[in-house]
Amino acid sequence: MKNIRNFCIIAHIDHGKSTLADRLLEITHTVSARDSQAQVLDDMDLERERGITIKSHAIQMDYLHEGVMYKLNLIDTPGHVDFSYEVSRSIAACEGALLIVDATQGIQAQTISNLYLALDHDLEIIPVLNKIDLDAAMPEEVKDQIVDLIGCDRDDIIEASGKTGYGIEGILEAIVSRIPAPSGSVDEPLQALIFDSVFNSFRGIISYFRIMNGEVKKGDFVKFFATGKEYHADEIGVLKLKPEPKDKLSAGDVGYIISGIKTSKEVKVGDTITHVNKPCLKAIDGFENVKPMVFAGVYPIDADDYEELRSSIEKLQLNDASLTFEPESSMALGFGFRCGFLGLLHMEIIQERLDREFNMDVITTVPNVSYKAYTTKGEMIEVHNPSSLPDPNHLEHIEEPYITAHIITKSEYLGGIMTLCIEKRGVIKNQVYLTSDRIELTFELPLGEIVIDFYDKLKSISKGYASFDYFQSGYKTAKLIRLEILLNAEPVDALSTLIHHDNAYSFGKRICEKLKELIPRQQFDIAIQAAIGSKIISRETVKAVRKDVTAKCYGGDITRKRKLLDKQKKGKKRMRQVGNVEVPQSAFLAVLKLD
Amino acid sequence: MAGIYIHIPYCHQKCHYCNFYSSVSKKSKPAFVRSLLKEIELQKAYLHQEIISTIYFGGGTPTQLNTFEIEQIIQHLYQHYNISGKAEITLEANPDDLTQEKIIELSETDINRLSLGIQSFHNTDLEYLNRSHSANQAIEAIKTAQRHQFANLSIDLIYGIPTLSNQAWIDNIQTAIDLGIQHISAYCLTVEAGTALDVFIRKGKMPAIDEEKASQQFEILMDVLYKNNFIHYEISNFCKQGFISQHNSNYWKQQKYLGLGPSAHSYNLVSRQWNVSNITNYIQSVEEKNIVPFEIESLTLIQQYDEYILTGLRTIWGVDEIEILSKYGREMYDYFRKQIELFIQKAWIERQGTIYTLTKQGKYFADGIASELFITSD
Ligand SMILES: Nc1nc2c(ncn2[C@@H]2O[C@H](COP(=O)(O)OP(=O)(O)OP(=O)(O)O)[C@@H](O)[C@H]2O)c(=O)[nH]1
Ligand code: SF4
Ligand SMILES: [Mg+2]
Repeated sequence: MKNIRNFCIIAHIDHGKSTLADRLLEITHTVSARDSQAQVLDDMDLERERGITIKSHAIQMDYLHEGVMYKLNLIDTPGHVDFSYEVSRSIAACEGALLIVDATQGIQAQTISNLYLALDHDLEIIPVLNKIDLDAAMPEEVKDQIVDLIGCDRDDIIEASGKTGYGIEGILEAIVSRIPAPSGSVDEPLQALIFDSVFNSFRGIISYFRIMNGEVKKGDFVKFFATGKEYHADEIGVLKLKPEPKDKLSAGDVGYIISGIKTSKEVKVGDTITHVNKPCLKAIDGFENVKPMVFAGVYPIDADDYEELRSSIEKLQLNDASLTFEPESSMALGFGFRCGFLGLLHMEIIQERLDREFNMDVITTVPNVSYKAYTTKGEMIEVHNPSSLPDPNHLEHIEEPYITAHIITKSEYLGGIMTLCIEKRGVIKNQVYLTSDRIELTFELPLGEIVIDFYDKLKSISKGYASFDYFQSGYKTAKLIRLEILLNAEPVDALSTLIHHDNAYSFGKRICEKLKELIPRQQFDIAIQAAIGSKIISRETVKAVRKDVTAKCYGGDITRKRKLLDKQKKGKKRMRQVGNVEVPQSAFLAVLKLD
Repeated sequence: MAGIYIHIPYCHQKCHYCNFYSSVSKKSKPAFVRSLLKEIELQKAYLHQEIISTIYFGGGTPTQLNTFEIEQIIQHLYQHYNISGKAEITLEANPDDLTQEKIIELSETDINRLSLGIQSFHNTDLEYLNRSHSANQAIEAIKTAQRHQFANLSIDLIYGIPTLSNQAWIDNIQTAIDLGIQHISAYCLTVEAGTALDVFIRKGKMPAIDEEKASQQFEILMDVLYKNNFIHYEISNFCKQGFISQHNSNYWKQQKYLGLGPSAHSYNLVSRQWNVSNITNYIQSVEEKNIVPFEIESLTLIQQYDEYILTGLRTIWGVDEIEILSKYGREMYDYFRKQIELFIQKAWIERQGTIYTLTKQGKYFADGIASELFITSD
């Protein structure tokens, strides 16, 4: 056990975690030249296309240092704020963390929040100043920031470049010398923490664990603490680039288990695995259930696919414990699910994964936060969907969730960011100069204003330089009203939103205009109206198509014509009929696309 | 009943709306004709010695060839194919090429039908479209052709041109009627991606197409021609009794055809193929390798069904449910019956016996209806 080191790589988004991981894997020959590609751990198509890490990835390396062979278990984590729960779970399986800081960007919001997560678990922090190869690097300045932040020795900071490979050897040495070997004892009963699980269509559910105490052998009869279910360990092993089966794993090891589990409900990330015959006395402290920040309806495009959607979401939930769902129904869309997400990126990713991995084409409705509605009888109802708001006559008041946001920015963008936050009904709480030209702002903001387009706006105002982190800080009474959207006089529940009274008019107008762009012309006029109660506050019309026939099929080119009509048909398939109007997928998310 | 289509890929100038394959540089013409003659021999087997009942010279602008070249091609076809004695032989022609002299020459060939690219009898429209002829040239060409025994004349007209008022459109149709034209192909101006027109409209240099007006002009077209005893036998095609275009009808009636020349399409019931759209490449391959590069698509049963719907619905012959049942099977038949019901209710489709055709109102939505009846693969 003394030759094992378990560590994760944490940082702000894009500071170079996955690229640095590539270098570590390379130098330790974990990845052969043949398998080598940039950000090799980002193995989901989506991750590769977007160039970001979405899921944590664990991998084991062998490292020979001063004649001793070490087993290093590395976990690469995502940097985006939506996925910080992935970081916290990875941290629970480690004794140390590489804190990467981009030398051109300096300390950013998630550098701080992820550092605190690691410190909460008493991890040994190795600060790494990355991208030192870039001309724009400001090593001395950023080192000052790091020393200020963690209170480490200036010499403890390792300069490195994930691009050129500079400093990588030093990082490996530091991992061995500074991060403690796992404690725990092989002789005690088995106690292993499940920190992740994935669904594999051939093997069923694969759980990733870290053994705290004891050991487990292939074929052992094991029990999952929380569910009480018992299984045979059909296969156990370690996570190399491909899973590598082993006969035995012991305290300190990170590995995987396949035990013939088919349904996602049976595995709870954060659960403890132990032996049936010689169980440990208590479970390891698991993870706090992550609380979703935004909710949206997810409906199958084809109503017949409801059950299939359910099983697809269940499977996704298995390797994404942060995804929650409950059945709901909509007048407009029929049966679907109210899903909880960590943020908009998360929602977008889930929608895309449903499509790619399960071939489930879905409609996602306007996202909203969770409100507390107080009735005149004094009851409190948690509302995840504008349409389940109690009748206004019985409604005493509504409270909406607030967050405390920390924004780090260069001082030149201060004005623009202030304006943005105030527009979003924010109240400034604090303002600290980190250096002469970097400021940390603390704002109280309604979460509902943040989930829509705050992040994109912040990025564009600050030319990408401001970073932002937040946590939920409580509820406050708000003047919220329900804005209904009507298509040809029929209210469409899936398009209704809760909106602050003061913004309702301008919002109603903009949403009608956007819907007009998104709803294709049909064989009759379509009236799009925004209403508060019975009062119409805005109206647009999508004019009827008068003619849908192309004249020419020239020179016998029937193929082109057929393909065109085929496309037309497929386009229609991706639409949902609401009343007599065909509404495309994109229209349900019109709110997100307002300029 | 099989047809041969010959693509002549040259034009005097490029019309703004055009996305057909053609070139304004004529340097390669002699070599092209040589290659075409060779392709005629190479493709002999495609139609399996079937009797050829129609030949159609399209393009491009076939009148960019001299009459000797045209005659050479026709003779070559006679030599290598089984051409019916009563074959309909059509030549597309542009008014600016049709001098009296040329018309006389053409009248001495076996060509028995001319299809004239008139588009409009108003110069403002012709300028908008960048046509290479004037309204007067158009009328002159028609009259001259008629004087020289062309008794089966077709003209192309375009409506929905932003410069074309409804009254001017009525004038255009009336002019054609007064001239005694037997066949009219009337197309709604469509802005194809990548054409000059597309670019000009997007840059705001030319007015965009007004769909409402286009639809009014479609209505005018039908009203005026119906009153004058024209048969509306295909969405864009109207003719006097007895003057249906045999060649084009083959396309709608799912008959075999062989296409020769760059970009030409061929069809043999189970597959479609099309020649490379590149004159240089075409000539080189034929000269050096004795082959024409082409792409081919074999048609699945679903695609065959889709095409039957798409082509059939556009015509007065319609779609026959017995044909669907016997050729495509019960499942597709049931699907068809289910899907078509809505359109019958809307009175866009009319059913007579086992035959389904578009009503006048339905003709406005032919694409939408066909696509709803499609069975999409995957
Ligand atoms: N010049 C230079 N570029 C680097 C270096 N390390 C990473 N990059 C680039 O920075 C970008 C982000 O790198 P990633 O490794 O994907 O960053 P990450 O921290 O894993 O990002 P997330 O997982 O999405 O948070 C990529 O374009 C890398 O090529 C470095 O040392 N030098
Ligand atoms: S004459 Fe016909 S083929 Fe030639 S450019 Fe004009 S429209 Fe196109
Ligand atoms: Mg990454």
